[in-house]
Amino acid sequence: MVTSILNRFTGMGLSVGLLLLVYWLTAVAAGPQAQMRAGRILSLPVVKLLYVALVIAFSFHLIAGIRHLIWDTGRGLERAQARRSAWLVGVASVALMLVIIYCAWLSRGHAR
Amino acid sequence: MSLRSPLGQVLGAGSAKHGVHHWWMQRLTSVALVPLSIWFLVSLLSLPSFDHWVVSAWMAQSSSALLLILLVLVAAWHSQLGLQVVIEDYVHAAGAKTVTLVAITFAHVLIGSAGVLAVLRVAVRGAAP
Repeated sequence: MVTSILNRFTGMGLSVGLLLLVYWLTAVAAGPQAQMRAGRILSLPVVKLLYVALVIAFSFHLIAGIRHLIWDTGRGLERAQARRSAWLVGVASVALMLVIIYCAWLSRGHAR
Repeated sequence: MSLRSPLGQVLGAGSAKHGVHHWWMQRLTSVALVPLSIWFLVSLLSLPSFDHWVVSAWMAQSSSALLLILLVLVAAWHSQLGLQVVIEDYVHAAGAKTVTLVAITFAHVLIGSAGVLAVLRVAVRGAAP
């Protein structure tokens, strides 16, 4: 129940992420000045907060989506199994989120 | 009691078979997005910096250009299918529903094409001089 509605919310959030991605790609294509201007907007504190939200949304949506694909094969639909996999989705998506944040932190240190 | 025939009442409401296609495309795009999104995240985090020449050199490689185009197209498609279901579930007024659905579809076609155009521009031009 909760994972299902969360999958929708995170999916909607990732649509915003797609918008940001295309904005960034367009700015890169428009040249160095345009990318710099976009970079100023994309590195605003509010937008950085959005990246954290997007990482959380991505981690959850990816793991919960894989669970949905497994369900589509007809497996794991018993109530007890679904309850167990809901916990698994929670744990796995938090783990994935931490891995992504750790890698992002590492690569940022590398850039300096 | 309406004088409209049962057939007349459902005409224009769409084919009953569209749902299966929607469902199948949602699954197909989600399967494709698993490797595409992981590839994108790993590549993005492996870039040494986000300076213009670094990013455009990466985008200009044919392998990353191809995968970026696929990512943008498949993600836009998946997003459109997902948001369509949300709108169909929560927007009940017939007029508002149609207008929102059309707007969402147009917006996604625009986002998808803009993303493809941007990648192509960099790929055709080659990395920044």
